[in-house]
Amino acid sequence: MSEPRRSELGARSPGPRAVPAAAAAAAPDTSESQWIIPAKNYASTRYSTLDQITASNVGQLKLAFSFSTGVNRGHEAAPLVVGNTMYIVTPFPNLLYALDLTQPGAPLKWTYKPDPASASQGVACCDLVNRGASYFDGKIIYNTLDAHTVAVDASTGKEVWRTKVGDINQGESTTMAPLVVKGKVLVGNSGGEFGIRGWLTALDGKTGKLVWRAYTTGPDKDVLIGPNFKPFYPSDQGKDLGVSSWPGSAWKIGGGGVWGWISYDPELDLIYYGTANPGPWNPDVRPGDNKWTAGIFARRPETGEAIWAYQWSPHDLYDYDGINEQLLLDLPVNGQTRKVLVRPERDGYVYVLDRATGQVLSADPFGYITTTAGIDLKTGRPKQVEEKRPQTGKVVRGICPAAPGVKDWQPSSFSPRTGLIYIPHQNLCEDEEGTQADYIAGTPYVAAIVKMYPGPGGHRGEVTAWDPVARRAAWVVKERFPVWSGTVVTAGDVVFYGTMDGWFKALDAKDGRELWRFKAGSGIIGQPISYRGPDGKQYVAVLSGVGGWAGAVVAGGLDVRDSSAALGFVNAMKDLPQVTTKGGMLYVFALP
Amino acid sequence: MSSRCPERRWVLGAVALWAVTLGGCERERRGFHDRVPGTPALSMVRQSDLQPGPRTADAAVPSPYDDNAYAVSEGKRLFNQYNCSGCHFQGGGGIGPPLMDAEWIYGSEPQNIFATIVEGRPNGMPSFRHRIPDQQVWQLVAYVRSMSGLLAKDVAPGRSDDMQVTAQEQQTTKEHPVKSAVPPSTQRP
Repeated sequence: MSEPRRSELGARSPGPRAVPAAAAAAAPDTSESQWIIPAKNYASTRYSTLDQITASNVGQLKLAFSFSTGVNRGHEAAPLVVGNTMYIVTPFPNLLYALDLTQPGAPLKWTYKPDPASASQGVACCDLVNRGASYFDGKIIYNTLDAHTVAVDASTGKEVWRTKVGDINQGESTTMAPLVVKGKVLVGNSGGEFGIRGWLTALDGKTGKLVWRAYTTGPDKDVLIGPNFKPFYPSDQGKDLGVSSWPGSAWKIGGGGVWGWISYDPELDLIYYGTANPGPWNPDVRPGDNKWTAGIFARRPETGEAIWAYQWSPHDLYDYDGINEQLLLDLPVNGQTRKVLVRPERDGYVYVLDRATGQVLSADPFGYITTTAGIDLKTGRPKQVEEKRPQTGKVVRGICPAAPGVKDWQPSSFSPRTGLIYIPHQNLCEDEEGTQADYIAGTPYVAAIVKMYPGPGGHRGEVTAWDPVARRAAWVVKERFPVWSGTVVTAGDVVFYGTMDGWFKALDAKDGRELWRFKAGSGIIGQPISYRGPDGKQYVAVLSGVGGWAGAVVAGGLDVRDSSAALGFVNAMKDLPQVTTKGGMLYVFALP
Repeated sequence: MSSRCPERRWVLGAVALWAVTLGGCERERRGFHDRVPGTPALSMVRQSDLQPGPRTADAAVPSPYDDNAYAVSEGKRLFNQYNCSGCHFQGGGGIGPPLMDAEWIYGSEPQNIFATIVEGRPNGMPSFRHRIPDQQVWQLVAYVRSMSGLLAKDVAPGRSDDMQVTAQEQQTTKEHPVKSAVPPSTQRP
């Protein structure tokens, strides 16, 4: 039994600190007043250089305007601001609203309705969410639930192109926010709970036509592995590992969707993105490493060619999708500045990887873990705790973290002023029983019964300020519910995030003191942003509207008498319906 | 000394003699080649409670397994085998709606549930037409009704072989179905 615990410290001692990768921290938008992709920049720092709102005046923030989306599923998107217009993507039916920031109350300019197939609601694991849009070349580009990517003219709201990228009858859907790199729209699929075959696809930004597709599993030619593939670890070297690490042809229904975040380093010319869980959850069905699921790829954006890959969880045991955000930082490691990629991972470790080679430089726990006894830095592999391995027909108890991990999709932010990463995350454990697997296309392929509950301390959420140089938490704020919203941090040294019972909070970025809060109409699982309005003021915007996997109990009207509902999350969230209802709203704040 | 069960139209072949009570006889009968009603005709499946003028009588569609414990336990096995539990879980819902509460979007009568399984529904229920044999669909129908306590206690499943995540169907409170709950697509702006 291994139960590493985190240290909690007071104020951070002075010393060297991390900084964002310089080129990636600015691209693709050099105007600091806007927010044109959900991650703010290619380095994915979600850091705003605006500093009108400070720790000393944030207490005076007032609601500037609001907008009802009219959709009552979970709102996980980041609003975008391009010029003087704000764009909001809703959960299914995936409306795109454009709001005029030059007018009082930001009136609606237009609405684009993509009319996604209603049947896609039947293959959407974990609520009907959408994680946002990206702006490129006069177009707002985003995915609809039914596996289409659409590009909409940012001025008129007219559709420019639409591309079907996947098939709902195979269990595919699309929920992630596309990223545009070198004119290529990068799109990945969801459906790891439906036995899909995962992929990342590049579409031409002007026409929507397919440029390349890189599968997560299968032969090297499908995974776009060629002569330039140089993974760091021996277990990742070899031919057609995406086939040989699976039994038979199980790689064809092996999952590994790409439903999370993508970062890009313009200097190295590499995109980085994670792959999701293998299918089914029951690991007994799929002996082998199940490459390249629950891992990360570095690829060339123009061709998709793989340069390196690494698996966070070879033969993933716990549904630890490897899709969290990659922060591209330049970090002092052993006295030398390294180009690194930092990932607060689902398995509970903050990984620091050399982003040129994929070498794991460090992996330190930021939450309570019983499933592994650390990461072996020689091999890159987790040291699995055998007692916690799920098995067919056996109930394994005390699996920590639970399937959504210490942290799921909800993105962190990083401030170069404090050197801290602001991690929103969970404190959850689970019991799990593996069951018989039956693959039927377009139906769930999970083969597990799960029941989640709070981890040690009984609080279910945390916001941790992580010092990547000192490799420890600088401070931790405990929350009653999983912190399922993103964080944003500003040059005024304020961190913003929302809670599932509807509070939108501002913390001091240095020490975590709560400075201000506002009660929204529904729980918050969205990604806050900060922008400069046409009047020159700094604004903070966030969507409320409870849902997502953690909030499906409210958004889906689920029955809490079944502990296994929503893949077991309902058991951990039985009290959420008592404190919030559903319904999407945009809230925007400014100083008076 | 023994007595015969009453003849049932959907029973094929010789009916064995039963040395049990009439109810027990039916409850435990194992029909492997039952001839069951096929897809109910459209006229038999009422979808709306709104009807101009006096309400006409509902069609009496037999539900062949509401009184058969073996068939309902088969329905429970099939509920997992056909991955219904992947969307509805053990009745609490997730991707699909709950099946253990009182709310029924498309109706709780056996013929409604049969039609839902065979034809699908617009907002994400797949159509299993030509995918699941009719006999098994009826077994699923009976099991689904047991999840909200609509079957007799001595017919509904008792102990589950898997991790305990909900009260057994046998112990569920009998719900009083509310029809015409709002389907998701009518909630879009």
